[in-house]
Amino acid sequence: MKDMIQITLFDRQGEVHELQAPTDMGLNLMELCKASELPVKGTCGGMALCSTCHLYIESDHILPEASHEEEDMMDQAFFVEENSRLGCQIKITEDLDGLVVRLAPEDEEF
Amino acid sequence: MNSRDPIQTDLLIIGAGPAGLFAVFEAGLLKMRCHLIDYLPQPGGQLTEIYPKKPIYDVPGLPSVLAGELIQNLMEQIAPFDPGFTLGERAETIEKQEDGRFLVTTDKGTQHLAPAIAIAGGLGVFEPRKPPIANIGDFEDKGVYYIVKDPADFAHKKIVIAGGGDSALDWAIYLADHGSEITMVHRRTEFRGAPDSVEKVEQLASSGKINLITNAQVTGLSGTGHLESVTITTSDKQEQVVNTDVFLPLFGLSPKLGPIANWGLELDKNAIVVNTLDYSTNVPGIYAIGDINTYTGKLKLILCGFHEATLMVQSAFQLAFPGKKLSFKYTTVTGIEGLPSTS
Repeated sequence: MKDMIQITLFDRQGEVHELQAPTDMGLNLMELCKASELPVKGTCGGMALCSTCHLYIESDHILPEASHEEEDMMDQAFFVEENSRLGCQIKITEDLDGLVVRLAPEDEEF
Repeated sequence: MNSRDPIQTDLLIIGAGPAGLFAVFEAGLLKMRCHLIDYLPQPGGQLTEIYPKKPIYDVPGLPSVLAGELIQNLMEQIAPFDPGFTLGERAETIEKQEDGRFLVTTDKGTQHLAPAIAIAGGLGVFEPRKPPIANIGDFEDKGVYYIVKDPADFAHKKIVIAGGGDSALDWAIYLADHGSEITMVHRRTEFRGAPDSVEKVEQLASSGKINLITNAQVTGLSGTGHLESVTITTSDKQEQVVNTDVFLPLFGLSPKLGPIANWGLELDKNAIVVNTLDYSTNVPGIYAIGDINTYTGKLKLILCGFHEATLMVQSAFQLAFPGKKLSFKYTTVTGIEGLPSTS
Protein backbone atom coordinates (compact mmCIF):
# COMPACT_ATOMS: atom_id res chain seq x y z
CA MET A 1 0.00 0.00 0.00
CA LYS A 2 1.17 3.45 -0.90
CA ASP A 3 1.36 5.65 2.16
CA MET A 4 2.00 8.91 0.28
CA ILE A 5 0.13 10.06 -2.80
CA GLN A 6 0.57 13.01 -5.12
CA ILE A 7 -2.20 15.57 -5.63
CA THR A 8 -1.97 18.54 -8.00
CA LEU A 9 -3.93 21.60 -6.94
CA PHE A 10 -4.58 24.84 -8.83
CA ASP A 11 -5.32 27.75 -6.52
CA ARG A 12 -7.67 30.65 -7.33
CA GLN A 13 -4.86 32.53 -9.05
CA GLY A 14 -4.18 29.52 -11.26
CA GLU A 15 -0.90 28.68 -9.52
CA VAL A 16 -0.08 25.03 -9.31
CA HIS A 17 0.75 23.28 -6.01
CA GLU A 18 2.13 19.75 -5.92
CA LEU A 19 0.93 18.22 -2.64
CA GLN A 20 2.19 15.08 -0.96
CA ALA A 21 -0.63 13.54 1.01
CA PRO A 22 -0.43 10.73 3.56
CA THR A 23 -3.10 8.06 3.14
CA ASP A 24 -2.88 6.75 6.70
CA MET A 25 -3.98 9.81 8.66
CA GLY A 26 -7.69 9.93 7.83
CA LEU A 27 -7.27 13.30 6.12
CA ASN A 28 -9.72 14.75 3.65
CA LEU A 29 -8.96 17.20 0.84
CA MET A 30 -10.09 20.24 2.87
CA GLU A 31 -7.79 19.29 5.74
CA LEU A 32 -4.92 18.66 3.34
CA CYS A 33 -5.43 22.15 1.86
CA LYS A 34 -5.46 23.76 5.30
CA ALA A 35 -2.40 21.80 6.41
CA SER A 36 -0.66 23.00 3.23
CA GLU A 37 -1.58 26.61 4.11
CA LEU A 38 -3.73 27.00 1.03
CA PRO A 39 -6.57 29.57 1.23
CA VAL A 40 -9.35 27.15 2.11
CA LYS A 41 -11.46 28.24 5.08
CA GLY A 42 -13.22 25.00 6.03
CA THR A 43 -15.50 27.09 8.24
CA CYS A 44 -17.73 24.26 9.45
CA GLY A 45 -14.78 22.00 10.17
CA GLY A 46 -15.73 19.28 7.70
CA MET A 47 -19.41 18.57 8.36
CA ALA A 48 -20.55 19.48 4.83
CA LEU A 49 -22.31 22.45 6.41
CA CYS A 50 -20.64 25.29 4.59
CA SER A 51 -19.17 25.39 1.12
CA THR A 52 -15.85 27.08 1.74
CA CYS A 53 -13.93 23.98 0.59
CA HIS A 54 -15.74 23.85 -2.76
CA LEU A 55 -13.40 22.62 -5.49
CA TYR A 56 -13.47 21.08 -8.94
CA ILE A 57 -12.14 17.63 -9.79
CA GLU A 58 -10.10 18.08 -12.98
CA SER A 59 -8.78 14.55 -13.49
CA ASP A 60 -10.86 11.50 -14.40
CA HIS A 61 -10.52 9.72 -11.07
CA ILE A 62 -13.66 7.89 -10.00
CA LEU A 63 -14.67 9.31 -6.62
CA PRO A 64 -17.30 8.04 -4.19
CA GLU A 65 -20.61 9.73 -5.02
CA ALA A 66 -21.64 12.83 -3.12
CA SER A 67 -23.90 12.17 -0.14
CA HIS A 68 -27.29 13.86 0.23
CA GLU A 69 -25.73 16.24 2.74
CA GLU A 70 -23.04 17.24 0.27
CA GLU A 71 -25.58 17.70 -2.56
CA ASP A 72 -27.78 19.76 -0.25
CA MET A 73 -24.89 22.01 0.68
CA MET A 74 -24.04 22.47 -2.99
CA ASP A 75 -27.44 24.18 -3.33
CA GLN A 76 -26.06 27.02 -1.25
CA ALA A 77 -22.75 27.18 -3.09
CA PHE A 78 -22.13 29.35 -6.10
CA PHE A 79 -20.15 28.58 -9.28
CA VAL A 80 -21.30 24.95 -9.05
CA GLU A 81 -20.23 22.82 -12.03
CA GLU A 82 -20.66 19.17 -12.96
CA ASN A 83 -17.28 18.39 -11.38
CA SER A 84 -17.91 20.35 -8.18
CA ARG A 85 -17.26 18.67 -4.83
CA LEU A 86 -16.74 19.68 -1.22
CA GLY A 87 -13.13 18.92 -0.32
CA CYS A 88 -14.07 17.92 3.21
CA GLN A 89 -16.14 15.01 1.90
CA ILE A 90 -13.28 13.47 -0.09
CA LYS A 91 -11.10 11.15 1.94
CA ILE A 92 -7.50 10.84 0.86
CA THR A 93 -6.95 7.25 -0.21
CA GLU A 94 -4.48 5.41 -2.39
CA ASP A 95 -6.97 5.55 -5.29
CA LEU A 96 -6.60 9.32 -5.48
CA ASP A 97 -2.93 9.23 -6.47
CA GLY A 98 -2.42 11.72 -9.29
CA LEU A 99 -5.68 13.60 -8.58
CA VAL A 100 -5.93 17.09 -10.06
CA VAL A 101 -8.19 19.64 -8.36
CA ARG A 102 -8.90 23.35 -8.70
CA LEU A 103 -10.24 25.59 -5.94
CA ALA A 104 -13.63 27.19 -6.69
CA PRO A 105 -13.93 30.99 -6.39
CA GLU A 106 -14.97 32.40 -3.03
CA ASP A 107 -18.23 34.34 -2.87
CA GLU A 108 -16.46 37.10 -0.90
CA GLU A 109 -14.67 38.01 -4.10
CA PHE A 110 -17.93 39.48 -5.39
CA MET B 1 -36.40 53.40 33.01
CA ASN B 2 -36.86 55.11 29.67
CA SER B 3 -36.63 52.49 26.93
CA ARG B 4 -34.07 54.69 25.19
CA ASP B 5 -31.71 54.62 28.16
CA PRO B 6 -28.69 52.42 27.51
CA ILE B 7 -28.78 48.92 28.99
CA GLN B 8 -26.21 48.91 31.79
CA THR B 9 -24.32 45.81 32.80
CA ASP B 10 -21.01 44.71 34.33
CA LEU B 11 -19.86 42.58 31.43
CA LEU B 12 -21.24 42.97 27.92
CA ILE B 13 -20.81 39.85 25.82
CA ILE B 14 -20.98 40.13 22.05
CA GLY B 15 -22.00 36.74 20.70
CA ALA B 16 -24.33 34.26 22.42
CA GLY B 17 -22.67 31.01 21.37
CA PRO B 18 -21.31 28.48 23.88
CA ALA B 19 -18.29 30.57 24.93
CA GLY B 20 -20.39 33.70 25.46
CA LEU B 21 -23.05 31.79 27.39
CA PHE B 22 -20.57 30.07 29.68
CA ALA B 23 -18.91 33.42 30.38
CA VAL B 24 -22.23 34.43 32.02
CA PHE B 25 -21.87 31.53 34.45
CA GLU B 26 -18.27 32.26 35.36
CA ALA B 27 -18.97 36.00 35.65
CA GLY B 28 -22.03 35.20 37.76
CA LEU B 29 -19.86 33.34 40.26
CA LEU B 30 -18.02 36.63 40.72
CA LYS B 31 -21.33 38.53 41.10
CA MET B 32 -20.98 40.25 37.75
CA ARG B 33 -24.16 40.85 35.80
CA CYS B 34 -24.01 40.07 32.09
CA HIS B 35 -25.85 41.06 28.94
CA LEU B 36 -25.44 39.38 25.56
CA ILE B 37 -25.91 40.72 22.03
CA ASP B 38 -26.35 38.40 19.06
CA TYR B 39 -27.41 38.98 15.46
CA LEU B 40 -29.17 35.62 15.32
CA PRO B 41 -32.70 35.56 16.74
CA GLN B 42 -31.85 32.78 19.23
CA PRO B 43 -28.90 32.01 21.52
CA GLY B 44 -26.45 29.26 20.60
CA GLY B 45 -24.55 30.66 17.64
CA GLN B 46 -23.53 28.11 15.05
CA LEU B 47 -24.62 25.24 17.32
CA THR B 48 -28.29 26.15 17.02
CA GLU B 49 -28.09 27.85 13.62
CA ILE B 50 -25.98 25.37 11.66
CA TYR B 51 -25.83 21.99 13.37
CA PRO B 52 -28.33 21.62 16.26
CA LYS B 53 -28.76 17.87 15.63
CA LYS B 54 -25.06 17.03 15.33
CA PRO B 55 -23.49 15.17 18.25
CA ILE B 56 -20.43 16.63 19.97
CA TYR B 57 -18.07 14.18 21.69
CA ASP B 58 -15.42 16.38 23.28
CA VAL B 59 -17.24 18.33 25.95
CA PRO B 60 -15.68 17.08 29.20
CA GLY B 61 -18.08 14.96 31.22
CA LEU B 62 -20.57 14.54 28.37
CA PRO B 63 -19.65 11.46 26.28
CA SER B 64 -22.04 12.66 23.56
CA VAL B 65 -24.31 15.68 23.43
CA LEU B 66 -26.32 17.19 20.58
CA ALA B 67 -25.24 20.74 19.80
CA GLY B 68 -28.77 22.04 20.43
CA GLU B 69 -28.92 20.22 23.77
CA LEU B 70 -25.61 21.65 24.87
CA ILE B 71 -27.02 25.13 24.33
CA GLN B 72 -30.20 24.24 26.25
CA ASN B 73 -28.03 22.96 29.08
CA LEU B 74 -25.93 26.11 29.10
CA MET B 75 -29.08 28.27 29.16
CA GLU B 76 -30.26 26.27 32.18
CA GLN B 77 -26.87 26.59 33.84
CA ILE B 78 -26.78 30.40 33.47
CA ALA B 79 -30.47 31.00 34.25
CA PRO B 80 -29.77 31.69 37.96
CA PHE B 81 -27.63 34.66 36.93
CA ASP B 82 -30.48 36.11 34.84
CA PRO B 83 -28.51 37.49 31.90
CA GLY B 84 -30.09 40.01 29.55
CA PHE B 85 -30.26 39.45 25.80
CA THR B 86 -30.37 41.74 22.78
CA LEU B 87 -31.11 39.24 20.00
CA GLY B 88 -31.54 39.77 16.29
CA GLU B 89 -29.34 42.86 16.44
CA ARG B 90 -25.79 43.33 15.30
CA ALA B 91 -23.30 45.13 17.53
CA GLU B 92 -22.20 47.92 15.24
CA THR B 93 -20.05 50.43 17.13
CA ILE B 94 -18.02 50.57 20.35
CA GLU B 95 -17.25 54.00 21.81
CA LYS B 96 -15.22 54.62 24.93
CA GLN B 97 -16.99 57.00 27.32
CA GLU B 98 -15.42 59.61 29.59
CA ASP B 99 -16.19 57.50 32.64
CA GLY B 100 -14.14 54.67 31.12
CA ARG B 101 -17.11 52.53 30.15
CA PHE B 102 -17.87 51.39 26.63
CA LEU B 103 -21.03 52.34 24.74
CA VAL B 104 -22.03 49.61 22.31
CA THR B 105 -24.74 50.44 19.77
CA THR B 106 -26.49 47.89 17.56
CA ASP B 107 -27.70 48.26 13.98
CA LYS B 108 -31.17 48.91 15.41
CA GLY B 109 -29.92 51.61 17.73
CA THR B 110 -30.07 49.70 21.02
CA GLN B 111 -27.39 51.05 23.35
CA HIS B 112 -25.45 49.19 26.01
CA LEU B 113 -23.01 50.50 28.62
CA ALA B 114 -20.42 48.33 30.35
CA PRO B 115 -16.95 48.68 31.86
CA ALA B 116 -15.79 45.49 30.12
CA ILE B 117 -16.64 43.80 26.85
CA ALA B 118 -16.08 40.19 25.87
CA ILE B 119 -16.24 39.50 22.17
CA ALA B 120 -17.37 35.90 21.73
CA GLY B 121 -18.19 36.39 18.08
CA GLY B 122 -17.37 32.88 16.84
CA LEU B 123 -17.21 32.86 13.07
CA GLY B 124 -18.50 36.42 12.90
CA VAL B 125 -21.93 37.67 11.94
CA PHE B 126 -24.23 35.33 10.02
CA GLU B 127 -25.35 37.20 6.94
CA PRO B 128 -27.35 36.13 3.89
CA ARG B 129 -25.25 34.70 1.10
CA LYS B 130 -25.28 36.85 -2.00
CA PRO B 131 -25.12 35.11 -5.36
CA PRO B 132 -22.22 36.23 -7.57
CA ILE B 133 -24.17 38.30 -10.07
CA ALA B 134 -22.03 41.26 -11.13
CA ASN B 135 -24.57 44.07 -10.68
CA ILE B 136 -26.58 42.62 -7.78
CA GLY B 137 -25.49 45.48 -5.52
CA ASP B 138 -27.20 47.99 -7.83
CA PHE B 139 -30.60 46.43 -7.14
CA GLU B 140 -30.36 45.74 -3.40
CA ASP B 141 -33.55 47.11 -1.83
CA LYS B 142 -34.63 48.05 -5.37
CA GLY B 143 -36.12 44.69 -6.19
CA VAL B 144 -33.45 42.41 -4.72
CA TYR B 145 -33.97 41.26 -1.11
CA TYR B 146 -32.05 38.56 0.77
CA ILE B 147 -34.62 38.19 3.52
CA VAL B 148 -38.37 38.63 3.65
CA LYS B 149 -38.97 41.11 6.44
CA ASP B 150 -42.61 41.97 5.82
CA PRO B 151 -44.42 39.48 3.56
CA ALA B 152 -47.13 42.09 2.88
CA ASP B 153 -44.58 44.02 0.79
CA PHE B 154 -44.39 41.06 -1.59
CA ALA B 155 -48.07 40.25 -2.07
CA HIS B 156 -49.50 40.55 -5.61
CA LYS B 157 -46.09 41.00 -7.19
CA LYS B 158 -44.06 39.16 -9.79
CA ILE B 159 -41.36 37.38 -7.82
CA VAL B 160 -38.39 35.24 -8.80
CA ILE B 161 -37.11 33.06 -5.95
CA ALA B 162 -33.76 31.27 -6.20
CA GLY B 163 -32.63 28.47 -3.89
CA GLY B 164 -33.70 24.96 -2.94
CA GLY B 165 -33.84 24.95 0.85
CA ASP B 166 -36.64 25.42 3.33
CA SER B 167 -36.75 29.19 3.22
CA ALA B 168 -36.96 29.23 -0.59
CA LEU B 169 -39.71 26.58 -0.56
CA ASP B 170 -41.66 28.13 2.32
CA TRP B 171 -41.68 31.62 0.82
CA ALA B 172 -42.60 30.28 -2.63
CA ILE B 173 -45.63 28.54 -1.11
CA TYR B 174 -46.63 31.44 1.12
CA LEU B 175 -46.28 34.12 -1.55
CA ALA B 176 -48.01 31.98 -4.22
CA ASP B 177 -50.92 31.64 -1.79
CA HIS B 178 -50.99 35.42 -1.37
CA GLY B 179 -51.53 36.31 -4.97
CA SER B 180 -47.96 36.69 -6.10
CA GLU B 181 -46.76 35.34 -9.42
CA ILE B 182 -43.85 33.09 -8.50
CA THR B 183 -40.99 31.81 -10.62
CA MET B 184 -38.76 29.44 -8.69
CA VAL B 185 -35.24 28.74 -9.93
CA HIS B 186 -33.16 25.87 -8.57
CA ARG B 187 -29.86 24.42 -9.72
CA ARG B 188 -31.01 20.79 -9.69
CA THR B 189 -34.28 18.85 -9.75
CA GLU B 190 -34.19 17.64 -6.12
CA PHE B 191 -34.94 19.93 -3.19
CA ARG B 192 -33.38 19.55 0.22
CA GLY B 193 -36.28 21.10 2.15
CA ALA B 194 -38.89 19.40 4.31
CA PRO B 195 -40.72 16.72 2.25
CA ASP B 196 -44.13 18.37 2.89
CA SER B 197 -42.92 21.67 1.46
CA VAL B 198 -41.29 19.97 -1.53
CA GLU B 199 -44.57 18.17 -2.29
CA LYS B 200 -46.57 21.40 -1.97
CA VAL B 201 -44.25 23.26 -4.34
CA GLU B 202 -44.45 20.42 -6.85
CA GLN B 203 -48.28 20.55 -6.64
CA LEU B 204 -48.28 24.32 -7.13
CA ALA B 205 -45.92 23.89 -10.08
CA SER B 206 -48.09 21.26 -11.79
CA SER B 207 -51.23 23.37 -11.27
CA GLY B 208 -49.43 26.32 -12.85
CA LYS B 209 -49.33 28.48 -9.71
CA ILE B 210 -45.54 28.38 -9.53
CA ASN B 211 -43.35 28.55 -12.61
CA LEU B 212 -40.67 26.05 -11.57
CA ILE B 213 -37.39 26.17 -13.49
CA THR B 214 -34.91 23.51 -12.38
CA ASN B 215 -31.32 22.78 -13.42
CA ALA B 216 -30.98 26.53 -13.76
CA GLN B 217 -29.54 29.59 -12.09
CA VAL B 218 -30.24 33.30 -12.18
CA THR B 219 -27.24 34.78 -13.97
CA GLY B 220 -28.22 38.34 -14.78
CA LEU B 221 -30.33 41.25 -13.54
CA SER B 222 -31.50 44.29 -15.42
CA GLY B 223 -33.69 47.32 -14.97
CA THR B 224 -33.55 51.11 -14.94
CA GLY B 225 -33.26 52.18 -11.32
CA HIS B 226 -35.45 49.30 -10.13
CA LEU B 227 -35.20 45.62 -11.03
CA GLU B 228 -37.29 44.80 -14.12
CA SER B 229 -36.09 41.39 -15.27
CA VAL B 230 -33.74 38.51 -14.50
CA THR B 231 -31.83 36.26 -16.87
CA ILE B 232 -32.09 32.57 -16.09
CA THR B 233 -29.53 30.16 -17.52
CA THR B 234 -30.12 26.41 -17.55
CA SER B 235 -27.34 23.87 -17.14
CA ASP B 236 -27.41 23.27 -20.93
CA LYS B 237 -26.68 27.01 -21.38
CA GLN B 238 -30.16 28.04 -22.54
CA GLU B 239 -30.96 31.60 -21.48
CA GLN B 240 -34.36 33.13 -20.86
CA VAL B 241 -35.38 36.53 -19.59
CA VAL B 242 -38.21 36.69 -17.04
CA ASN B 243 -39.85 40.00 -16.19
CA THR B 244 -40.13 40.49 -12.46
CA ASP B 245 -40.63 43.06 -9.71
CA VAL B 246 -38.65 41.18 -7.10
CA PHE B 247 -35.73 38.76 -6.94
CA LEU B 248 -35.30 36.82 -3.69
CA PRO B 249 -32.00 34.89 -3.62
CA LEU B 250 -32.38 32.55 -0.63
CA PHE B 251 -29.08 30.71 -0.24
CA GLY B 252 -28.79 30.54 3.53
CA LEU B 253 -26.43 32.37 5.85
CA SER B 254 -22.68 32.52 5.98
CA PRO B 255 -20.46 34.07 8.62
CA LYS B 256 -18.66 37.32 7.97
CA LEU B 257 -16.35 39.18 10.35
CA GLY B 258 -18.58 42.24 9.95
CA PRO B 259 -18.25 45.33 12.16
CA ILE B 260 -15.68 43.60 14.43
CA ALA B 261 -13.10 44.62 11.82
CA ASN B 262 -13.80 48.31 12.56
CA TRP B 263 -13.21 48.31 16.31
CA GLY B 264 -9.50 49.03 16.31
CA LEU B 265 -8.59 45.51 17.41
CA GLU B 266 -5.43 43.78 16.28
CA LEU B 267 -6.45 41.07 13.82
CA ASP B 268 -4.67 38.13 12.28
CA LYS B 269 -6.46 36.29 9.45
CA ASN B 270 -9.91 37.47 10.54
CA ALA B 271 -9.31 36.53 14.20
CA ILE B 272 -8.66 38.83 17.16
CA VAL B 273 -5.18 38.60 18.64
CA VAL B 274 -5.29 38.10 22.42
CA ASN B 275 -2.94 37.77 25.37
CA THR B 276 -3.46 34.30 26.82
CA LEU B 277 -2.93 35.63 30.33
CA ASP B 278 -6.53 36.88 30.37
CA TYR B 279 -7.66 36.85 26.70
CA SER B 280 -7.42 40.63 26.57
CA THR B 281 -7.09 42.38 23.22
CA ASN B 282 -4.90 45.35 22.36
CA VAL B 283 -7.75 47.60 23.60
CA PRO B 284 -7.81 47.60 27.42
CA GLY B 285 -11.24 46.50 28.65
CA ILE B 286 -12.08 44.50 25.52
CA TYR B 287 -11.54 40.75 25.64
CA ALA B 288 -12.04 38.08 22.96
CA ILE B 289 -12.89 34.44 23.66
CA GLY B 290 -13.79 31.35 21.66
CA ASP B 291 -13.41 30.85 17.91
CA ILE B 292 -13.05 34.58 17.22
CA ASN B 293 -9.65 34.88 18.94
CA THR B 294 -6.22 33.69 17.98
CA TYR B 295 -2.96 33.01 19.78
CA THR B 296 -0.06 30.60 19.47
CA GLY B 297 -1.47 27.11 19.81
CA LYS B 298 -5.11 28.18 19.41
CA LEU B 299 -7.61 25.39 18.90
CA LYS B 300 -11.17 26.22 17.88
CA LEU B 301 -12.84 23.94 20.38
CA ILE B 302 -15.84 24.63 22.60
CA LEU B 303 -13.96 23.35 25.62
CA CYS B 304 -11.15 25.87 24.95
CA GLY B 305 -13.76 28.63 24.71
CA PHE B 306 -15.04 27.62 28.17
CA HIS B 307 -11.53 27.81 29.60
CA GLU B 308 -10.92 31.19 27.98
CA ALA B 309 -14.23 32.53 29.34
CA THR B 310 -13.27 31.42 32.84
CA LEU B 311 -9.89 33.15 32.85
CA MET B 312 -11.26 36.24 31.08
CA VAL B 313 -13.85 37.04 33.77
CA GLN B 314 -11.16 37.06 36.48
CA SER B 315 -9.55 40.00 34.68
CA ALA B 316 -12.83 41.71 33.71
CA PHE B 317 -13.79 41.62 37.43
CA GLN B 318 -11.17 44.28 38.15
CA LEU B 319 -12.88 46.61 35.66
CA ALA B 320 -16.37 45.92 36.97
CA PHE B 321 -15.38 46.27 40.62
CA PRO B 322 -12.18 48.35 40.78
CA GLY B 323 -10.19 47.83 43.95
CA LYS B 324 -12.31 44.91 45.13
CA LYS B 325 -10.51 41.78 46.13
CA LEU B 326 -11.28 38.69 44.09
CA SER B 327 -11.59 35.50 46.10
CA PHE B 328 -11.71 32.17 44.38
CA LYS B 329 -14.35 29.70 45.50
CA TYR B 330 -15.31 26.25 44.31
CA THR B 331 -18.97 25.79 43.31
CA THR B 332 -19.00 22.56 45.35
CA VAL B 333 -18.40 24.69 48.47
CA THR B 334 -20.76 27.58 47.77
CA GLY B 335 -23.42 26.04 45.54
CA ILE B 336 -25.45 28.05 43.04
CA GLU B 337 -28.74 29.53 44.14
CA GLY B 338 -31.33 28.37 41.62
CA LEU B 339 -29.52 25.22 40.56
CA PRO B 340 -30.25 21.91 42.29
CA SER B 341 -27.75 20.84 44.96
CA THR B 342 -28.40 17.20 44.11
CA SER B 343 -29.71 15.64 40.93
